[in-house]
Amino acid sequence: MHDDPIAEALREHVVERGDSFGMLVLRIYPSTLRPVVARLKDEFGFDLFLDVTAIDYPARAPRFDVVYHLLSPRLKRRVRLKLAIGEPDPVVQSLTSLYGAARYMERETHEMYGIRFDGNDDLRPILLYEGFVGHPLRKDYPMEREQPIVPYRDQSGRSTEGT
Amino acid sequence: MDVEYGPPVRSPLQETADPDHVVVNIGPSHPATHGTVQIIAEIDGESVKRADIHCGYLHRGFEKEAEHHTYHNVIPYTDRLNYCSALNNNFAYAEAVEQLLGVELTPRCIWLRTLLSEYNRIADHVTCVAASVMELGAMTAFLYMMTVRDYIYEHLNHLTGARLTYSYVRIGGLARDLPDGWLERLEEVLQFTERYLERIHGLLDRNRIFVDRMRNVGKMSTAHALNWGYTGPMLRSTGLAMDIRKDNPYLAYGELDFDVPVGINGDNYDRYYVRMCEIDESIAMVRQCVRKLPGGPVSIEDPRVMLPKKELVYNQIESLIHHFKLVIDGIQVPAGEIYVAHESPNGELGFYLISDGGGRPYKLHVRAPSFVHVGGLHTLIEGGQLADIVPTFGSINMIGGECDR
Repeated sequence: MHDDPIAEALREHVVERGDSFGMLVLRIYPSTLRPVVARLKDEFGFDLFLDVTAIDYPARAPRFDVVYHLLSPRLKRRVRLKLAIGEPDPVVQSLTSLYGAARYMERETHEMYGIRFDGNDDLRPILLYEGFVGHPLRKDYPMEREQPIVPYRDQSGRSTEGT
Repeated sequence: MDVEYGPPVRSPLQETADPDHVVVNIGPSHPATHGTVQIIAEIDGESVKRADIHCGYLHRGFEKEAEHHTYHNVIPYTDRLNYCSALNNNFAYAEAVEQLLGVELTPRCIWLRTLLSEYNRIADHVTCVAASVMELGAMTAFLYMMTVRDYIYEHLNHLTGARLTYSYVRIGGLARDLPDGWLERLEEVLQFTERYLERIHGLLDRNRIFVDRMRNVGKMSTAHALNWGYTGPMLRSTGLAMDIRKDNPYLAYGELDFDVPVGINGDNYDRYYVRMCEIDESIAMVRQCVRKLPGGPVSIEDPRVMLPKKELVYNQIESLIHHFKLVIDGIQVPAGEIYVAHESPNGELGFYLISDGGGRPYKLHVRAPSFVHVGGLHTLIEGGQLADIVPTFGSINMIGGECDR
């Protein structure tokens, strides 16, 4: 594990290195996300952006972990990147400039956790709808919460009720 | 209620810069959007200039539900992800939990899971091809393939008790062993499938109308496919032989002899053909699994994981308590995190599971291939004809349950 070329090449960016059932796990600084991923893509062929999601630890000081999974078809290896960000305005760099696939998946993480992706110009709701209140995958969002009823809207988006 | 509503999810395409362009709304409920998806297209005459695709109409909070259920109770939810191949979802999820637990499956379980994965893959590919050719008007091919699919469903029903949502996996094994005569019937269904696939090839492969609608439509390069996160048959149709079953073999795939079919053009026709070739490979793999299927139990006997036998529950206080604890508190999975990826019929199906050491997942995230594929769909339909949206959308095999979770 110690002479892993990927971990060695990125040594100065890595806070913590781990191994999760054979997958390399790197915890990096949020500020270096885009350069680190760009190097992974250019030097090691991590061309496939598999996944982005977040983990909510309400009791921890930086509250969220944002988790990326990347795959290199050339090396047939996967790598997991993790970075910690805190409240009140959780924001990370968007990877849409490197991968088209990041566009949709960042939208999902944005609505589910309220994490903003700086550089993604399309953060409209994707699985939820406009008018949904709160971020359902945060731990403090109760299962049984009911959402307000969204009134009928006309073509321009104005409510047609109550007027 | 004084909640501030933003504008509804309207596409930025609603107002077109060019007065000659028209915005056409397809879906969310439309015969060609099997599943519910909304495609808002800005068209100039018949050609699509820009497209905006909305999914989420089938969202039911799978990941939130999973955090509130025991590990076993999540299994029925995984059925409803890709409901055309529920067993593949079952096995991928179960493997994530089993690896965290560190349990070793019995050989018969591993081979049976491999067999059933491939068997279910046949049903999924058949459904995909059937639905997409039906939308092009190929009713005969559709009915042939639906016949095949129904034979497979009925046959799996005999094994699992359900046609569609099997919930056949258990953490540490399978629900039950094969019933008598199941393997004999399996061979009959496979031969039937082969006979019908021949007819499909005869009907479609060189059919002028079919080729004209599919060739060079929705075309993409390998680099484009990788950039937009395409995996599975979509990626392989561009010529890149990437398959998790070959690259990082799981279950018993390392001991199976099979090829990875690839396309040349990355267009709709290649996607159709790759799926048809994969069905052939799957049939061969199922036969290999039948030949190599070892005997023995299908489930492990680890008391941390498996429910005790019913007669012991009724007659022994220890087993009764044990049963109670497993049902109420669930399996206690050691703290840790794992990402397990299986080659589902649509592409890479990943389960990212985090356990805090309790009886319920702390977080369970699904990397759903359909969701990623829909995210890049607009790049395939922009620049094409309005009518080409239908075959292209059919060829990505978007499954609402998996896409919207």
